[in-house]
Amino acid sequence: MSMALWQNLPLLMIVGALMCAAVSSVLKAKAARAVMLGLSILECAGMITLLYFTVSLGESFVFPMGEIGAPFGNELRVGPAEALVGALLALVMLLAVVGGFQQLKRDVRENRTPLYAAVYCLLFAAMVAMTFTNDLFTAYVFIEISTIAACALISARGHGQHIFAAARYMIMNLLGSGLFLLGLSMLYSLTGHLLFPQLGAAVRQLILENRYSMPLYLSFLLMTMGVAIKSALYPFHTWLPSAYSNSTAASSAILSSVVSKMYIFLLIKIFLRAEGTAVFARRIDDVLFLFAMVGIIAGSLHAIVQRHVLRMVAYSSVAQIGYIFLGLALGTREGVAATVFHILAHSAAKSMLFLAGNELRSVSGQNDTFPALRGAAKKAPVAGLAFLVGACSLVGVPLLGGFSSKVFLAQAGIGIGGWRMYVVLAEIVLSTALNVAYMLRAALNLYRDGETDAKEKPASNWPLNAAVSLLMALTVFLGVCGSTVMDWIQKGIALFV
Amino acid sequence: MKKQKPDFFSAFHAWLEYGGSSLDREMTESLENKPETGTVESKNKPKSKKKTPPQNNPRRAYADAWWYRLLALAVAAAMIWLLAEAVARMPQFGNADTLADSELTEFYVEHTKEETGAMNIVTGIILDYRGFDTLGESHVLFIAVCTVLLMLSIYGEKDEETRLKRNEMERHFEPGDDVILQSAARLLTPLIFVYGIYIILNGHLSPGGGFSGGAVLGAGLILYQNAFGYEKIERFFTYKTFKWVSVCSLLFYSLAKGYHFFTGANHMDSHISTGVPGNILSGGLLLPLNFVVGCVVACTMYALFTMFRKGEF
Repeated sequence: MSMALWQNLPLLMIVGALMCAAVSSVLKAKAARAVMLGLSILECAGMITLLYFTVSLGESFVFPMGEIGAPFGNELRVGPAEALVGALLALVMLLAVVGGFQQLKRDVRENRTPLYAAVYCLLFAAMVAMTFTNDLFTAYVFIEISTIAACALISARGHGQHIFAAARYMIMNLLGSGLFLLGLSMLYSLTGHLLFPQLGAAVRQLILENRYSMPLYLSFLLMTMGVAIKSALYPFHTWLPSAYSNSTAASSAILSSVVSKMYIFLLIKIFLRAEGTAVFARRIDDVLFLFAMVGIIAGSLHAIVQRHVLRMVAYSSVAQIGYIFLGLALGTREGVAATVFHILAHSAAKSMLFLAGNELRSVSGQNDTFPALRGAAKKAPVAGLAFLVGACSLVGVPLLGGFSSKVFLAQAGIGIGGWRMYVVLAEIVLSTALNVAYMLRAALNLYRDGETDAKEKPASNWPLNAAVSLLMALTVFLGVCGSTVMDWIQKGIALFV
Repeated sequence: MKKQKPDFFSAFHAWLEYGGSSLDREMTESLENKPETGTVESKNKPKSKKKTPPQNNPRRAYADAWWYRLLALAVAAAMIWLLAEAVARMPQFGNADTLADSELTEFYVEHTKEETGAMNIVTGIILDYRGFDTLGESHVLFIAVCTVLLMLSIYGEKDEETRLKRNEMERHFEPGDDVILQSAARLLTPLIFVYGIYIILNGHLSPGGGFSGGAVLGAGLILYQNAFGYEKIERFFTYKTFKWVSVCSLLFYSLAKGYHFFTGANHMDSHISTGVPGNILSGGLLLPLNFVVGCVVACTMYALFTMFRKGEF
């Protein structure tokens, strides 16, 4: 079977990003930044092309990496769900760099910028590869790349607290990668396969014959725990606040909306494609359900008491990751689809909040405590509006992405019935109330009269304004056309098995 | 203000705010008091209303508490027990009958030689069948170096003057000439280099390949640097050499593998012949790929060493 021309795009995107990384590391700062932007634009275009073709054809395709395909070589697989998640994450990465551009120039020294650009390009390659890979070990290789890349992004500003945050991130995330690798190698020695379709068949066979059941379940448990640590599910979230809140705007937006989300999408693929129903049968989903429940409430409580707005936004990520795992823990198709939608909605809203929040912090003299931020929205009106829209989306105001995702989650919860239905619904209501308490408090604080010195008006930051405007449009799009997007997701998930 | 014992609520509030990390709290508050740009006027400073008395800081206490350590031990013990249990129930290593599906291994053993031209099956697998993983893996090395450079490199200093000053200062602390080390290195370094190159070039024929040969070359570079110092090694290996060698190797790797994947997936003729298995010039792309991987690994090892050693990079 020969490939259509557009079906070569995944390969071009990954190899192109790797080559841009190598090239940008020896360029001058200005050229390196141009490479970052150019690569992001091209990758976005590629992702959107893939999305268009896969959705309009309604099918997925497999791209063998080499002459010899499955099950002996590596493979990529692209379907509507992969293309959709990939497109949104690529768009968020592009907008994060555009929006954080001026701050990037200020925060990262000239002679460090080429390395920052190289790391960014490698992270892009890792994101694309992890979204599209059909092979468990390839996923691990790119998990390694993205873990190291994230450390570099956190520590790029090079002050004490950033190095500290990066070190803590490194320790926790290496633990996560280690668990994932343990689980993966156990699974390989049990099944003898690494590609998802063959792996899934072998696992189903093992379950049927009831052989090696204990190591089999343990291997999936280890991989789930690895991903849970790396994406900051509640009790494993301790690395998150300092990592997200201190780094430069582009880094925080990328870390919060892209890096943690791609691990979760990988976990979804492992759940659905590598073993079908095995995990759900052994109550791993019950454990995830409990963690998610606790995480949603505890993350919100942590967020409420914060005195720093960006730390508050970071802690709200913990709660939102809880939501994402909640959909996964429901154990139904609808639940997984709701999870994917929440990944999209949260990525759009959270990157917007971090970009806007960083801008508001810099117009208030690098101080992001609540009193200092009073009236900041008047100094940077677009950033203020973006913060408000992002906050409303996370709270779940209708017509915004967060609302649709909460509706889908509630529908999935109703779908499972029983006592868990009531728990899910009660949880959504309670956490919405908590969200209002901290998110809207912060957003409205921005519009209060502050002690503004009206004489010096900060120069408007047009790349940021453009980026957050696009993100606002994206959030509204996800809210208004939620059901269309959901259609694509469900189409993609139906093709998973 | 009168000191008082924190009630349960304020302790809980304090725990919520920094999630049990006293370091986190110190870092955040030092940031608050000393903003980076240094332009904040005092009127903008937050007046923190809630002050937790430091001597009764619940966060400090709990990492040292006996129950915390006991809990950590218990979790570790449970984990060890679980893993040991699982290993005991896993298929016996090396026993083909116990594997659920040995299709993959059989295929590799039977086909690798004729399809890739590699006598060494491992090289055939990592550079051909699973070449994409290895492409990613060499970029792991690259990103590791980039990240360490980003954090530690003297090229990250504010300006050229500071960099030169730091370079000067750090070289001042380099150990002096050591006769024993130098005599040994004079004897060993050429052998090490030759052996490393041998391992790389014979990667597709005998055990070895880019990763192991590169590590040997890197060790040779490190030995030479230790014995003779920076002046000598800079005659042939500087920061610039390092940069260009790694970048060119990685670019060649990406291009070659990209071409290979592209032709493979589209079922086009790649015009790369595998030659006669067993000859040194055989295996198609395997030999050049091994060579560039070797370069990347050697550069990475040397760069990481010098970065932690001080000087030059």
